[in-house]
Amino acid sequence: MKEILTPDTVLSDMIDYDFGLLQVVSRIGLDLKYSGLRISDACAGSGIDPGTFLLICKVYSSDGFVPSKTEIASGNISDIIRYLHGSHLYYTGAALSSLEAFFDRLIAPCEEKRREVIRRFCTDYRDELVKHFAYEEEVVFPYIESLQSGKTVEGYSISSFEEHHDNVEEKLEDMKNIVMKYLPAECDNSGKIAVLLSIYHLQDDLRRHTYVENGILVPMVTNLESNGR
Amino acid sequence: MEDRKSVALIIPSYIVAKGLETILDATGEFLVSENIYDCSRSGKARLRNIDPDIVVIDPAVLDFQGRKEGRMMIGELCDSVVLALEGPAVNDEILRQYDGSISLYDSPSALVRKLHNAIDSRQAEPFSDSGELSVREKEILVCVAQGMLNKEIADKFNISIYTVISHRKNITRKTGIKTVAGLTVYALLNNLIDIGSVQS
Repeated sequence: MKEILTPDTVLSDMIDYDFGLLQVVSRIGLDLKYSGLRISDACAGSGIDPGTFLLICKVYSSDGFVPSKTEIASGNISDIIRYLHGSHLYYTGAALSSLEAFFDRLIAPCEEKRREVIRRFCTDYRDELVKHFAYEEEVVFPYIESLQSGKTVEGYSISSFEEHHDNVEEKLEDMKNIVMKYLPAECDNSGKIAVLLSIYHLQDDLRRHTYVENGILVPMVTNLESNGR
Repeated sequence: MEDRKSVALIIPSYIVAKGLETILDATGEFLVSENIYDCSRSGKARLRNIDPDIVVIDPAVLDFQGRKEGRMMIGELCDSVVLALEGPAVNDEILRQYDGSISLYDSPSALVRKLHNAIDSRQAEPFSDSGELSVREKEILVCVAQGMLNKEIADKFNISIYTVISHRKNITRKTGIKTVAGLTVYALLNNLIDIGSVQS
């Protein structure tokens, strides 16, 4: 089935094969008006490198995917950043808003004091995620862009970028356990399930997003750094 | 013989240990394997080796600092049911940590009953192990939720930082919650603390 993810596949066939890839299509900025075209042409129409697009699709479509050295060497860093940026906007926008809306509905019957506590935990999580993304947007991406334009940048290297995600991941895990086991009896089961589905979805998405960063972007930039020296 | 529960004693008084041994052996239900006398390093190693079903300890063998952590120390060596011998060295707070306690003035039948109760209380533990926090764990959770550091918690309860960390590990294992923010929510939802005490 893997051969679906090739430049010659029609974009709509790829989406039919794994509709989860719609999120990659959307975040990297591929226009759906090209969905009747082959992936290579659809990408060309939106100014995206098809190989890089497919590389990200593979992370989302197959568990435990590891890119080859060639895939890393031929990937386009700007497209990866474009994807990551679109991904950040999705998390802090649609993903968190819908999670919070589900939460609000779930805890509506609780007494005010408890609602406040749970809501604050959600806000803390949002703040932390936003802070984490801001670091990437304001420090990491500009650093990479100046490397690409041939400038040497002192005092920073991509190796200091990894590992950042731990705490963000732990908070989401805690949120899951709290919803599953510790909410007061007035919170109903279907509301819990809606929140849990939303959390699991976000968690899986974030893990793949992190993999695109640590498993693809970091090695690409490491190559770029050593070429510059 | 196979059905008898093995009992190890950690009792520095020969008279008390011998008396207990005689009474328990006569029941046919329990068999005292040996008296370890103290909690020296070799004593601890011995306890780990024999891994008895039941331990009866006179907390007087532990120094004052260690007395509060005695139950946990034994828990690290073996998975036995542990009873404390009541006496001047122990107060209620210490006794609560044990699975049960016996008195020098207990009749043989009371002794047997107390041992059975202690075993039963442990058998209920798989459930409590999956979620129920001990009294001390709850106290520590409250401190964590209030933003106290491990060092501050250790000082407050007069225990080592290592012990605090090990309590915190157990709290996380039982609740499934790792972050301070998450533990705070847990503490508030379980009415262990008031929202006023964590305003940040």
